[in-house]
Amino acid sequence: MSVTDIDRRETRISPYIIDDRERGLFRVARKSFVDEDILTRERDRIFNRCWLYLGHESELSKANDFLTRNVGGKEVIFNRDRQGAFHAFMNTCPHRGAMVEREARGNALAFKCFYHGWAFNNNGKFATRMPPGTYPDDFNSDGCANLRSVPKLAEYRGFYFLNYDAGAVSLETYLADARSILDMLCDHGPDGMEVIGGEQKYSIRANWKLLMENSYDGYHAIDTHGTYFEYLADAIGGAAEMPAETHVWNLQNGHAAIEGNAPWGRPVAKWIPAWGEDAKSEIAQIKRELVSRVGEEHANRIAMLGRNTGIFPNLVINDIMAVTIRTFYPLAPNNMNVSAWALGVKGESEGFRKRRLDNFLEFLGPGGFATPDDVEALESAQRGYAALDELAWNDISRGMLKPKFEATDEEQMRCFWREWSDRMEDRA
Amino acid sequence: MSLTSGKSGLASGAELDHREIEAFLYEEAAMLDEWRLDDWFALFQEGGSYEVPQAGASDEASSSTNLFYISDNYFRLRHRVERLKKRGNHSEWPRSICSRMIGNVRLLDHDEGVCKVASRFITHRSKNDVTDMFCGHHLYTLSFASGNFKIMAKRTQIDMNTLRPQGRISIIV
Ligand code: FES
Ligand SMILES: [Fe+2]
Repeated sequence: MSVTDIDRRETRISPYIIDDRERGLFRVARKSFVDEDILTRERDRIFNRCWLYLGHESELSKANDFLTRNVGGKEVIFNRDRQGAFHAFMNTCPHRGAMVEREARGNALAFKCFYHGWAFNNNGKFATRMPPGTYPDDFNSDGCANLRSVPKLAEYRGFYFLNYDAGAVSLETYLADARSILDMLCDHGPDGMEVIGGEQKYSIRANWKLLMENSYDGYHAIDTHGTYFEYLADAIGGAAEMPAETHVWNLQNGHAAIEGNAPWGRPVAKWIPAWGEDAKSEIAQIKRELVSRVGEEHANRIAMLGRNTGIFPNLVINDIMAVTIRTFYPLAPNNMNVSAWALGVKGESEGFRKRRLDNFLEFLGPGGFATPDDVEALESAQRGYAALDELAWNDISRGMLKPKFEATDEEQMRCFWREWSDRMEDRA
Repeated sequence: MSLTSGKSGLASGAELDHREIEAFLYEEAAMLDEWRLDDWFALFQEGGSYEVPQAGASDEASSSTNLFYISDNYFRLRHRVERLKKRGNHSEWPRSICSRMIGNVRLLDHDEGVCKVASRFITHRSKNDVTDMFCGHHLYTLSFASGNFKIMAKRTQIDMNTLRPQGRISIIV
């Protein structure tokens, strides 16, 4: 991963973006947030072709475990078969469409559709015997009665993704330098990470791309989240100052991250006085273990610096005062469903887990001291876009001509939008 | 109706009257509806807690192992209330208009000056020309002495499948 260079592409003017390299101006057409035809095109060019986050291996810890989830607008079963192999099936009956599994999670050897009773082994094979003559003898020789597998399923270090395009590039190629972010996350503990009890499912009445922009927007922190920083200052017993030095990483293929040292404590492994002396020795031990495993320099980066990462098109991994993964999908140009999880180190103590979750809730999620204000900002912007005839463009030029970008610039969003417009205009 | 004849005797010797419990809960809801937030915070005993597990979570879910929406100790609850009063709390500025209906009040248990109370709620929150509804039940641990209740713990169980479309819990539900 290298420091973001101004990439060498030409100035581009399209219906969606103006990317003026010489003048250092970047504009995004507001109609990208409100137009039905654009959403239809996004479904085709983006959600049906990009790798989309499905789930984490820790959510299916045993053979025969399953969960159901909406991924990119389609219902999916994510499960393990009797041998423990991972699968992902479209959660729609090959007979006449009903959802084959309607529970959120469980453990099952087989799935049975409630409508007419077709049954399937958990490897997807059709498993109902019919009286002879009911169907042609060679029925299902083409697999028409099996559960339909997603066209592509792959994992990187325990993070499972699917792709609705059978011709897509490999997940590793797609993730490109974003793999280094997942690597650092997996290195938090000696045994990797796991999803912690429960999925936050909420929605925002705004365009889905606004949440991607917001999730690594270092520029808004002080203005939007002033009240959070006031709380934090009291909690940590000192000024809550934002980092003087930050990095912006272009992770390629539309993925990007910002990185910096923020004032909050981090479960891996940055102690703050508010956590007390017991926690201090526990954190010191976590740090020692980390150093012994990955070396001093890398350990310092993992422990001391927070990272907000956007993986194109709709996965956010924020490794800040806690670790959250969130993904989101548009229901309409002005409405998205969000799913968010907390990640923790496998095997950490209960007291530590509690501290991690407390850290999560002080900032993140529908009841946190920050996320609701983000929601308000996104919904407010969405309402503003009704005036797109009068004001047609957003500006995300901040810092564009700087030799080195900072987290309070908007380069990370430009990484997203360049990829987005390439795909929307069939240049990718 | 007096409930003192039910289980063990009351340490304070005070009558634990169902109507008093209801009156307390109605007044609490009114404080929130009317944004009398300092009064509301003063209902909590020092060291009290306020929790909102995820929509659909069981009454037994624990904030040490489950991801909640809110798990406030007394310190953070005070900050939640302070934040609600600030202009910089953008989600609630300008303030939303809220209406809280309380019903099905039940005394679940009482002993040694402490009682457990449950109620059902429907809360409407209106802002930006959108009205959202929250429904579920509250669980209280109250201390009572000489006709005075204090909240030791309040838990709001949201009896909904998900937080769609509401999206946020920026009020005290
Ligand atoms: S739709 Fe599933 S069995 Fe008919
Ligand atoms: Fe934010």
